[in-house]
Amino acid sequence: MRRILIVGATSAIAEASARLFASRGDALFLVGRGESRLQAIAEDLKVRGAALAETFVLDARAMDRFPALVQNATQRLGGLDAALIAHGTLSDQAACQRSVELLREEFDINAISVMALCTLLAQQFETEGRGVIAVISSVAGDRGRQSNYVYGSAKAAVTAFTSGLRQRLYPKGVRVLTIKPGFVSTPMTAAFKKGVLWATPAKVAADIVRAMDRRSSVIYTPWFWRPIMWVIRSVPETVFRRLRL
Amino acid sequence: MPVGTSWGRWPRYEQRIVPLTNRFEPLPLAGPMLAFGNGRSYGDVCLNEGGTLLATRGLDRFIRFDAASGILECEAGVLLSEIIALTLPHGWFPPVTPGTALVSVGGAVANDVHGKNHHRAGTFGHHLLGFELQRSSGELLHCSPNQHADWFRATVGGLGLTGLIGAARMQLRRVPGPWIAGDSQRFGSLQEFFDLAVQSDTDYEYTVAWLDCAASGDKLGRGVFMRGNHVQHDAPPPRERSLRFPVTPPISPVTGLSVRLFNELYFHRPGSQQKHALWHYKPFLYPLDSVLEWNRLYGPRGFFQYQCVLPPGEAAAALPEMLRLIARSRQGSFLVVLKQFGNLPSLGLLSFPRPGVTLALDFPNRGPPTLQLLEMLDTITRAAGGAVYPAKDARMSARSFQQYFPAWKQFEDYIDPKFSSSFWRRVTRSS
Repeated sequence: MRRILIVGATSAIAEASARLFASRGDALFLVGRGESRLQAIAEDLKVRGAALAETFVLDARAMDRFPALVQNATQRLGGLDAALIAHGTLSDQAACQRSVELLREEFDINAISVMALCTLLAQQFETEGRGVIAVISSVAGDRGRQSNYVYGSAKAAVTAFTSGLRQRLYPKGVRVLTIKPGFVSTPMTAAFKKGVLWATPAKVAADIVRAMDRRSSVIYTPWFWRPIMWVIRSVPETVFRRLRL
Repeated sequence: MPVGTSWGRWPRYEQRIVPLTNRFEPLPLAGPMLAFGNGRSYGDVCLNEGGTLLATRGLDRFIRFDAASGILECEAGVLLSEIIALTLPHGWFPPVTPGTALVSVGGAVANDVHGKNHHRAGTFGHHLLGFELQRSSGELLHCSPNQHADWFRATVGGLGLTGLIGAARMQLRRVPGPWIAGDSQRFGSLQEFFDLAVQSDTDYEYTVAWLDCAASGDKLGRGVFMRGNHVQHDAPPPRERSLRFPVTPPISPVTGLSVRLFNELYFHRPGSQQKHALWHYKPFLYPLDSVLEWNRLYGPRGFFQYQCVLPPGEAAAALPEMLRLIARSRQGSFLVVLKQFGNLPSLGLLSFPRPGVTLALDFPNRGPPTLQLLEMLDTITRAAGGAVYPAKDARMSARSFQQYFPAWKQFEDYIDPKFSSSFWRRVTRSS
């Protein structure tokens, strides 16, 4: 049994990952915004085998409550072995272009709050000399594109931050995993006709859990996003600036 | 399968799709609405042309499972296959299951589904301890056989029209494991089928027959009878192989010739005559679930399934009449199922199962000739005092429906004013 903190537990990927943790009897601490939904997920995870499924209602913008969150999770699970940080919003690019206020809010949610949590968890795991911090970034962070560079640059910050954190914590025995999902079909996209690039949350979750077990560093999920993003990163800027991606 | 298309892939409609992920949230302010689960009903009971579909697969959480009593409570978008994965290791199995495990619990309630054990277990509704019904008024009704019993009777088999079924509680049945033991045997005539059904119903949990719908003359009514019981057996489950039907062929390969050839081979294959057979539950109960999207087999125009029940006194005469008609038309397909229902009265006002023999078969959609054939079958069903299963239907007339389900007028009082379906509008319009 492992004791796992999941932030953004009502997201489709986090919920699918939590089901895999639950099926092996892990103890879970679930953090999310919607109380009723969080409660329904906790009940479900207990039926699926979770040793514990504790809930904590929190908006990721309330960063002053993060120390209490980590302390609470540690107390109620009797320690922490791993954390999966999965919260975020899919920014409205056009709206962010018109509003600095909105731009800053998107960065608060998708970048600053993630880095703040990582910082607190790193302090705790570093003193214990063990632990896994898994963070959901995105393929969108690999290169800024005109269609969603606000979201992309926030995720780029997360990718760079976790890369540095990984180096720092490696000698201490703490592992940091950067997860880069591609297109994920969620209930919200149920009606779309999907191409071959779309993956289910269950598939992405299986990749995440495997990578956490193997203590990997960076995963693309599904795997084919790694060569796709390699190509996209390799396009020279003189060409890239003319594209409409 | 995208949300918004039924299993027969016909008809196709434009609908607004609203995914549900939280059963505690109020219903969206839309209308007319209808819940859409996993799209395994064949015709238009799960469709709502020009309206809204509430996609319920996002409501897929378990609520409670007691491994001692076998009582399970879950949200309506949970599939029977997901229930089995959770409860079979504890020795519990759905008490009633249709020929696919890929149906949602909400769909199983709304269509009051039946299975190969109908003669013993009745329908899905018989094992329901209760469910939550969310009405567009904002009211949440906790229905059970004792509480809001009239709403319970209306909603079981109520085709999703009484409101949104958010969650359900059911009593599972004890099983010793995943294996089913029994036998299979060929029969040469309908009389032999009836004899086998009578002999088997007391000793076997599951009985079902495959019928050769292309056979005529003295081969008319031949088929293969299969029966089995859950048994204790220690062996690893067979390796899972699942195929996906990759494309929709432009012209369906299901033709009169291919069907006759398949049926001839199927009837004579060694597996049709086994004294001691042992099946894993999946190939026995869900033979087609390993071929994903097999419904593409029927080509771009989709297909119809016709499932009727014929009362005991009439079946012996009406069934051969139907089979002669189908064989002459050369429109039938390989998938023909014959089953003797038991006498347990169904609970729902609009439940389909009733005493008698039920026949189910597929027809590739060839347009008017197919519709004419199905209407001729309805003429026989009507004359025999039988009924056609709404969950399989995309074409029965309002007149047929109203004769088959005389309680429909009484049922209307329970329809949520914001709910409707293409099926319901079709079978209740005044002709």
